[in-house]
Amino acid sequence: MRIKWIVPLAALVILAACESTPEETASTTGEGATVQEAPAVVETAPVETDISAVDASGPIPGTQEDLVQNVGDRVFFSYDSAVLSPEARQTLERQVEWMKLFPSVVVTIEGHCDERGTREYNLALGERRASAVKNYMSALGISPGRLTTISYGKERPYALGHNEEGWQLNRRGVSVVN
Amino acid sequence: MTDTRFEVDERERGAGRVIGRLPKGCRRLPWRLGGALALLGALAVLVGVVQPARAELRIDITRGQVEPLPIAIADFYGTTPETTELGARLAAVIAGNLERSGLFRPIDSKAFIQKPEAMLVQPRFSDWRVINAQALVTGRVRLDAGGRLRVEFRLWDVFSEVHLLGLRLASIEDAWRRVGHKVSDAIYERLTGEKGYFDTRIVYISETGPANERVKRLALMDQDGENLRYLSGGQHLVLTPRFSPTAQEITYLSYERGQPRVYLRNIDTGQHEVLGDFPGMTFAPRFSPDGNNVIMTLARNGNSEIYEMDLRTRKIAQLTRNPAIDTAPSYSPDGKDVVFESDRGGSQQIYVMRREGGGARRITFGRGRYGTPVWSPRGDLIAFTKSNRGRFFIGVIRPDGTGERLLSEEFLVEGPTWAPNGRVLMFFRQGTRNPDSAELVTIDVTGHNERILFTATAASDPAWSPLIP
Repeated sequence: MRIKWIVPLAALVILAACESTPEETASTTGEGATVQEAPAVVETAPVETDISAVDASGPIPGTQEDLVQNVGDRVFFSYDSAVLSPEARQTLERQVEWMKLFPSVVVTIEGHCDERGTREYNLALGERRASAVKNYMSALGISPGRLTTISYGKERPYALGHNEEGWQLNRRGVSVVN
Repeated sequence: MTDTRFEVDERERGAGRVIGRLPKGCRRLPWRLGGALALLGALAVLVGVVQPARAELRIDITRGQVEPLPIAIADFYGTTPETTELGARLAAVIAGNLERSGLFRPIDSKAFIQKPEAMLVQPRFSDWRVINAQALVTGRVRLDAGGRLRVEFRLWDVFSEVHLLGLRLASIEDAWRRVGHKVSDAIYERLTGEKGYFDTRIVYISETGPANERVKRLALMDQDGENLRYLSGGQHLVLTPRFSPTAQEITYLSYERGQPRVYLRNIDTGQHEVLGDFPGMTFAPRFSPDGNNVIMTLARNGNSEIYEMDLRTRKIAQLTRNPAIDTAPSYSPDGKDVVFESDRGGSQQIYVMRREGGGARRITFGRGRYGTPVWSPRGDLIAFTKSNRGRFFIGVIRPDGTGERLLSEEFLVEGPTWAPNGRVLMFFRQGTRNPDSAELVTIDVTGHNERILFTATAASDPAWSPLIP
């Protein structure tokens, strides 16, 4: 009966990983992968060995990979804003639940900005974003001692494009397991 | 450092205007040649005889677009192959400086009629009038018995046949470029009435690698792009270096210990230390005009405030108290006021407050956002970065908020810094055509003479030094 979990779980994992670009990836990579994976799992092996194979290939619980794949490591902000959107709050709520599962995990929250601001203002804005993430998570019960913040301003873009698509992905708060 | 100190001897003849004196410690009499002094005496007599009535040769640099002054810079005369070569190089350094200023048009030396050695006493002015030179620079160079470089130069008004300026300089041979810069500064000052800015350096951030893994290093070079030296290795992210008033130290932001912190660094010894080691992040540092303080921003719990640190006691004083972002502070040259940026009014704008904090008043009210204010060394203007509708601008505004002028515009232009005479600005630019590669650009405060300053790598966050002591 455990097999039933595999397909939706795989889809969920992939969807979570693709959160940043929903239109493009969810419909192509996401569905395509689930279709391909389902028969492979059913055909190749008995239930027990198959489950252990999935576990071994997945990220180790409590690691950055686990956070990225199964929870979502980042939230996004509007231009010149450090306000958490409802979507961002949901992501952080999942992060909080996840951190409660792994009490020894300590996280650094990075605040980042797009390139459309001046350097020092962006350092301040990145700090404000990181603090907004930290404050929300600590309000939900994570000890502030487990959450440190750092601002990178516009120094570490994730997307390299000089356009709104790229800037949206770069205005972010990222949780990094220490 | 004592070895590279310059000895300057003023020999003012002719028009009788005294050029700006160098700091007292530098005024010595290194030139012990009695013969040369006798020559100068003879020269004074000659020049005294020829005094046609004519408007003084002078460039008005406040006027914006000026017709560059045609100037002939003869190779400095040397008697050995080595000093002949040095003399040609000195002339090239001077010509390069004056040309880049936009105020001078050095004449191609191929057009010169009279040879350097023929001008030891006095130029034949008719030879220079023929090629339309309005000013003429002549000089000689030698190495004394101790190997020290000895340079003497003269500036002439070709049409009035007047000797405008004469100077002797001495230095170690390796510092020959600085001699050229000092001569350039003296010519600039004599002809414009303003201090020069050629014997200065630029500290900036050298950038290599892709944007998401960019390597940033502290780099130092002469104002003309020569003598490049890296001050840090690139292991740690470094940003926003700024000079102390002695040009011997810089303060900057580094992630050396993981967290962003303000550092102080001696550019010769490489010794550096954390200045702002407080909980939270410190950034946006600048020296006070007297060098005794560093003003910086401390960010904690999402709130950025401006603090001043006394470098002797290391005590800090908080200057802003506001839930908004308050950052990018810069002192007025008299040290009485501080200009900074804040989003306390809802968007990033520029404010001026008293040095001890309080009395903040907003000075920018145009469309868009305003940041990175830097007070001119002259005190008359504040340079800034502005962004509006997807474009960035470098501009200037008076401290009372009037007279806003935009000088340059691009996909991104940011971070102006002033030449020490307050007549030229440098900033960095990421153009639409190549937004991944930042470059340094200079522009006159009049908005004319915009030029790229070529660097070995992409470059950002320039800071112009004061005139080197």
